Amino acid sequence: MTYLAKPRLHHPTLPKNRRGYTRRDYEGAISTLCAGCGHDSISAALIQACFELDVEPHRVAKLSGIGCSSKTPTYFLGNSHGFNSVHGRMPSVLTGANLANRDLLYLGVSGDGDSASIGLGQFAHCMRRGVNMVYIVENNGVYGLTKGQFSATADRGSKSKRGVVNTDAAIDMAQLALQLGASFVARSFSGDKEQLVPLIKAAIEHRGAAFIDVVSPCVAFNNHAGSTKSYDYVREHNEAVNRLDVMVPRAAISAQYPPGSVRAITLHDGSTMLLHKLAADYDPGDRIRAMNYLAERQAQGQVVTGLLYAEAEPEDLHASLNTVSGPLNALGERELCPGAAALEKFNASLR
Amino acid sequence: MATPIEAVNDFVVKFANINGSGSASANALFAKAIMRMGVPVSPRNIFPSNIQGLPTWYEVRVSEQCHLGRRGGVDLMVAMNPQTWDRDLAEIEPGGYLFYDSTKPLARAKFRDDVTVIGMPLTAICNDAYSDARQRQLFKNIIYVGALAALLDIDADEVAELIGEQYKGKEALLKPNVHALQMGRDYARANLRCPIGLRVRRANAVGNRIFIEGNNATALGCVYGGATVAAWYPITPSSSVAEAFARHCKRYRTDPDTGKARYAIVQAEDELASIGMVIGAGWNGARAFTCTSGPGISLMQEFIGLAYFAEIPAVIIDVQRGGPSTGMPTRTQQSDLLSCAYASHGDTKHPLLFPEDPKEAFEMSAQAFDLAERLQTPVFVLTDLDIGMNERLCAPLEWDDTQRYDRGKVMTRAELDQGREFGRYLDVDGDGIPFRTYPGTHPTRGAYFTRGTTKDRYARYSEAGPDYVDNMLRLLRKFETAKSLVPKPELAAAKHPARFGAIFYGSTGPAMREALASLAAQGIYVNALRVRAFPFQDEIAAFVASHNKVFVVEQNRDAQLKTLLVNDAGVNPAGLIPVLHYDGTPITARFITDAIAAQVRKLNVRPIQSGKAA
Repeated sequence: MTYLAKPRLHHPTLPKNRRGYTRRDYEGAISTLCAGCGHDSISAALIQACFELDVEPHRVAKLSGIGCSSKTPTYFLGNSHGFNSVHGRMPSVLTGANLANRDLLYLGVSGDGDSASIGLGQFAHCMRRGVNMVYIVENNGVYGLTKGQFSATADRGSKSKRGVVNTDAAIDMAQLALQLGASFVARSFSGDKEQLVPLIKAAIEHRGAAFIDVVSPCVAFNNHAGSTKSYDYVREHNEAVNRLDVMVPRAAISAQYPPGSVRAITLHDGSTMLLHKLAADYDPGDRIRAMNYLAERQAQGQVVTGLLYAEAEPEDLHASLNTVSGPLNALGERELCPGAAALEKFNASLR
Repeated sequence: MATPIEAVNDFVVKFANINGSGSASANALFAKAIMRMGVPVSPRNIFPSNIQGLPTWYEVRVSEQCHLGRRGGVDLMVAMNPQTWDRDLAEIEPGGYLFYDSTKPLARAKFRDDVTVIGMPLTAICNDAYSDARQRQLFKNIIYVGALAALLDIDADEVAELIGEQYKGKEALLKPNVHALQMGRDYARANLRCPIGLRVRRANAVGNRIFIEGNNATALGCVYGGATVAAWYPITPSSSVAEAFARHCKRYRTDPDTGKARYAIVQAEDELASIGMVIGAGWNGARAFTCTSGPGISLMQEFIGLAYFAEIPAVIIDVQRGGPSTGMPTRTQQSDLLSCAYASHGDTKHPLLFPEDPKEAFEMSAQAFDLAERLQTPVFVLTDLDIGMNERLCAPLEWDDTQRYDRGKVMTRAELDQGREFGRYLDVDGDGIPFRTYPGTHPTRGAYFTRGTTKDRYARYSEAGPDYVDNMLRLLRKFETAKSLVPKPELAAAKHPARFGAIFYGSTGPAMREALASLAAQGIYVNALRVRAFPFQDEIAAFVASHNKVFVVEQNRDAQLKTLLVNDAGVNPAGLIPVLHYDGTPITARFITDAIAAQVRKLNVRPIQSGKAA
């Protein structure tokens, strides 16, 4: 971490987005994570994605659990409300927040210890409920803050910094999210911003449970030979099945792509997602084939990245609950309290 | 042979049945018919954690004087369960009555000679009248209700009318039920001595009272209190709060134009998620609650502490039962006081509300949302199975349409625009309560990061000792403020100056009042204070100090309220005598009377004559 405070003044020519915000308006406090930590790259990607999508910073609620990854919401979107909740329980807090006000953008930030171990249950249930959110797991296979214990996403056979070999099978969060019914599933690598930023943008545009598993090496405890979550290992074994461009409605699609390799997908708000196929046989519209593909490649030691699955017409929890279109937290007595006359009728039915 | 008991409108009938045999609705019919005759009743289901087969009881207190607690003892036992015959028989008062199915002859030794035995061949009658096995079972219950109507002088037409209400629009069910009722009544009139010494006489003692389960009233209180988010996990005896909330919301909270819901109810994966959702919703400005029981409270501990320190409103309805998780899920207790009052790790304490009946359960549940938002903290409503899952006569529910929800200190966008200073944990008014903002309020002002205790007054990350202490002291000031906001205790002064006091709370209320009357009849006068909330107002400590000894009557083993009084109100423990009932059945007036009278005798204070203090 650095102790040098960033200057508050902006350069006058700093570009502004459609809402009049500069990139700096999406930043937060200075990171206290280790220099070179993958998580800081993810924070930077989040900042860039929100800036480019013209998201109003204060209309974002960022929630996290406990751990290094869960500290990061302090380091981006300083004008958003944030909530550092309890270990493994961010999904329930986010679900409740989302129920209270469906109009905000909910960003859940978690780690592999937080989501795959102590919080696996809550992770599972918020996915199957289809909470409208962007859920990012900053996955390094290790407990950083408590100094290097294996997490539940550490691969069987991988080696800890102290030389201990992990004997337990790994949980693949992306495969799990697919199985649980998440309507948007992606995987990326903190070292590949070109891939990550568009995935975050697409996840933000998605109106349903959007999950991104971001492999994010821990430079302090899990970046050595024998680790399967190190920069080197992931670079060597990364198989990107596609690349994304997310175009907001105002941007003209100018780039030319060879026919057949690109699919344009129109999103909920009219923006367009351009999907460049890298693996010819990979179809992110087919959940079951995606699950098979991931399982096959995992068996071969490959880390499949990219947009793994996106449902075209997702339904979220509010749709299932048939809630009113406005935020529940804005309703007052008139809409909520049946009043004395109704109570008198109720009393009469109980005599 | 003891003289048969003679009593009009003041007796106890207990039904011993087998769970799942359809007896519950027939027994409820019996109780309600008496109520319709203007005589107050107080029924209690004593049921097992089971769907079919285990013993279950239904005890009906009939009391024109409106003693709605359990009295203790049984005057008429309706013994329909051979499994529990011996202990059911033993429970009958000398001179009491036994009603049983005499189809199969029983050895003389199976009876008592100091009770009046009334046999009716119920099985034989049913076998003659019905060919279907399920019908034989179900109508047997209605037939005995008919017979009891004749035996106790209950107007069978009232029962028939209730059956009519129950099966309105379902003629196919209505007729055979009325027929079975008449069959029972006619058999009794022709073959049994009717009426017996216990009789119901029309009276006008019910007034405009309503007959309602506490959980139903609690749920409606949450609707009136403005709850929009409910998250829960099924657990006896609280599940029916959530189910009733869903019913009431469907009725009262469906947007008439769009058909959309002005509420969100989630059955969560466990209690941890339930409270997490409530906290998330509360943080985001919605009124939210969860309903649970003791094991759920245990699971929620970590989150409750977070809400305490992060100062997030939350309402937790705890319908108490016997513990622990596999313990006595269908039995009542008041045993969660300490685990709720000090829920979580670190230095925490939380307001508790103690409703005594469905009416107060309604009021306090609604009020809990105001308190939670005013104080920005979790607030517990502590009912129990006795209040929650039994129908109880109580005053009609009331609502004042002029009252407004107290949404607490929430800084608005306009106030932020005017340049008002915002510090999330800044004590601007000296009452320990800071201002909060809802997420999404303002583009550049008022956002803050919520975390536990590592923060300063402006919600900036801080592990500095003085910041921690500063925050903890403010939380204490806030708890002090809570004293002035929570419901005040209710004093019932004895007719004559009294050296003894009694403190009680919650479902103990009705039995306590009957006990106080019985004690007064023995010349033992006791001033009684019903505590309705924690933190304790100063008058509670003053009450203890002004009496020689104070009995603290509770339904738990460890005298939990007494512990709280000593610990938090600075009460001298030497002045307190615990009176504890914790076998899982609701406390009885006789138990309280006997315990206090025995203590008074032990204290060597002899009641001499009425008109003088004991």
